[in-house]
Amino acid sequence: MSSGLFNFFRGRKEPASRDVAKQRLQLVLVHDRSNISPGLLETLREEIIDVISKRVEIDGAAVQITFTQTRNESKLVADIPLLDGRRKKPRERMGGVSSLTQSPHGVNVKSDE
Amino acid sequence: MAGQVITVTSGKGGVGKTTVTANIGVALAALGKRVVCLDADIGLRNLDVVMGLENRIVYDVVDVIEGRCKLRQALIKDKRLPGLCLLPAAQTRDKSAVKPSDLVRVCEQLRADYDFVLIDSAAGIEEGFRTAMAPADLVLIVTNPEISAVRDADRVIGLLEAAEKASPKLVVNRLKPAMVSRGDMLDTADVLEILAVELVGVVPEDESVLVSTNRGQPVAMDVKSPAGQAFRNIARRLMGEDVPFQTFHGQANLFQRFFRMMRSDGRQP
Repeated sequence: MSSGLFNFFRGRKEPASRDVAKQRLQLVLVHDRSNISPGLLETLREEIIDVISKRVEIDGAAVQITFTQTRNESKLVADIPLLDGRRKKPRERMGGVSSLTQSPHGVNVKSDE
Repeated sequence: MAGQVITVTSGKGGVGKTTVTANIGVALAALGKRVVCLDADIGLRNLDVVMGLENRIVYDVVDVIEGRCKLRQALIKDKRLPGLCLLPAAQTRDKSAVKPSDLVRVCEQLRADYDFVLIDSAAGIEEGFRTAMAPADLVLIVTNPEISAVRDADRVIGLLEAAEKASPKLVVNRLKPAMVSRGDMLDTADVLEILAVELVGVVPEDESVLVSTNRGQPVAMDVKSPAGQAFRNIARRLMGEDVPFQTFHGQANLFQRFFRMMRSDGRQP
């Protein structure tokens, strides 16, 4: 009967299903409301891997592109782990690329929404 | 003054569009307004049975549009409530039988003689939905406090924004106060925070809705029913009255609320 009482004595840390529902809903609506579909994210991911791989050795399988949205801004976050932190062709390096480090969230690309 | 056309829609099916349309219609008529409930769900006629008028249908909205009868001949007067009429959907046709411009024309005629035209839209966001939206001055979105219904409501709100329709209003239907108190159902506040539209009513889950629909007597006629009260409140809000929102007390008692507070680690319960 009273799941509240039961869970209290069990010391439940599991969040209420209402809160889970709200979080899931907010997450799915971020995608629904934007024109950025999971398919588009995958295309972006592949193309970003191509572009960056020309200059830097990266772990392609671990690259993640995520779309986040708050009240004030929408952004794409690209997490691009480098394989060893060294540049592929040091002599050909370009200015912009040198800012890549091995930290997570290597590149931030803001959409103009 | 010309009447107002209100379209009731939801995106997701099965959330209670037809019940909401019938009961708001009944409640408005009980308050002395002249009301037409128009079933725009062509091919899936249902507003007639929910209103209890299914035995009196002669003509339908497609007959009117195709000129087989006069508008006035197709309107079924509800003998229990002076001022309430039904314009039924065709049952043997499909959505393509009514174009947006057809419905706009029918509603222009109805506006002259009625205070409110309530359109029960088809579920979904395709042809039937677009037709039902065309004549609307106001759109009511019906949702249930659950993920799938709220998600579809959000989609509909997006489509209305894109079509530059006036901002819709929300009816939260089938709320279970006891489940909300237990933390097992989205609350009205959660739904409003997510959808960011104006609330026009919250209808609690109430067995008397089904019982009265079984009998063909919409629950808004039942003075004892909590859902009926909620529908009467919605009607008064649509007439411009400032009616405070009811707070539903779930079956959670003081102890349960206390435990929920403890469990939520200091977050707002």
